[in-house]
Amino acid sequence: MAGKPVLHYWDARGRMECIRWLLAAAGVEFEEKFIETPADMEKLIKDGRLMFQQVPMVEIDGMTLVQTRAILNYIATKYDLYGKDAKERALIDMYTEGIVDLSEMIKQLVICPPDQREAKISLVKDKTKNRYLSAFEKVLKSHGQDYLVGNRLTRVDIHLLEVLLYVEEFDSSLLDPFPLL
Amino acid sequence: MAGKPVLYYFDGRGRMESVRWLLAAAGVEFEEKLLKTRDDLEKLKNDGSLMFQQLPLVEIDGMKLVQTRAILNYIATKYNLYGKDMKERAIIDMYTEGLMDLDEMVLYQPYLPKEEKEGNLAKIKDKSRNRYFPAYEKVLKSHGQDYLVGNKLSRADVYLVKLLYHVEELDSSALANFPLLKALRTRVSNLPTVKKFLQPGSQRKPFEDEKCVEAAMKIFH
Repeated sequence: MAGKPVLHYWDARGRMECIRWLLAAAGVEFEEKFIETPADMEKLIKDGRLMFQQVPMVEIDGMTLVQTRAILNYIATKYDLYGKDAKERALIDMYTEGIVDLSEMIKQLVICPPDQREAKISLVKDKTKNRYLSAFEKVLKSHGQDYLVGNRLTRVDIHLLEVLLYVEEFDSSLLDPFPLL
Repeated sequence: MAGKPVLYYFDGRGRMESVRWLLAAAGVEFEEKLLKTRDDLEKLKNDGSLMFQQLPLVEIDGMKLVQTRAILNYIATKYNLYGKDMKERAIIDMYTEGLMDLDEMVLYQPYLPKEEKEGNLAKIKDKSRNRYFPAYEKVLKSHGQDYLVGNKLSRADVYLVKLLYHVEELDSSALANFPLLKALRTRVSNLPTVKKFLQPGSQRKPFEDEKCVEAAMKIFH
């Protein structure tokens, strides 16, 4: 029976958090089944519900979807948060993928062993500001609109908000030079 | 002037090869600007063509697109290789993303330092034989159709076939236990556009040898 989407993941942000954000922003109620023990994971695999034996997995509209981007793309399309045509989608995709790279870079730092962290921190801060944040500030400056693409809210504004909060958690001063963000 | 797409990359497979395959399969002629020196890359960075200072870059329909997935998604949509509705797109995305996970290991192989190559190759062999190829064989078995999704050629078939060739280069018996994958590869390879692309003299790039890797490293490091 078509009901709420059901999210299968651990009780953690990981790769599921961006999906939670997008559903929430779209005003969609969802359920979560947390994986708590190795046995929980084993069961999902044994039942053949994970195409590549990996989570995130989301049950939605009769499908058992894995792969974060497949899930995000479907939700964004369904709730009209993916632009009005192929060209807007291309921009949204380009910006989104940059945000994913930024997000990954910060996550890697968090899990990095302490002795290697120091060296990496300044590189991460540099790239955050000079490669990613400046690129998105430039987009907003170029058209002066309230949202990144097409003058209305799309998925990429949500993804950007999420990553800006992670940047802030990491080092809030990184956001100082970017008034439009 | 709206014309052929222009691909900016170095003379190697890397992350651009999947774009070349998709355009070729769609029967779209494209131009390539193959970067040779670090200056070539600096020039692109300085004229603001690269949103995140990275390649691949494709100029298409008046856009300067970076990020491989953005490029592939646009091409797939434009040339009708992305399913007939959003549910088919979801399945195609799921399959394509799995292939990209495998491809991440494969495309890096030539560029790894010597001491890491063996380990990565072992990983490729293990994952392709035990996780990925069985998953796609199972899909084809489940519906018995000629293509992965919707009984029609899609980007997922093109990507899978590219990977089947590339993994086989690294592991010659990789496809031994996957008759349906082999049949799909043959079927897709016989499509006129793909057949042409597979012939010598096309824009398909060979497996990167030491000379090629050295040249690429010069541009990026």
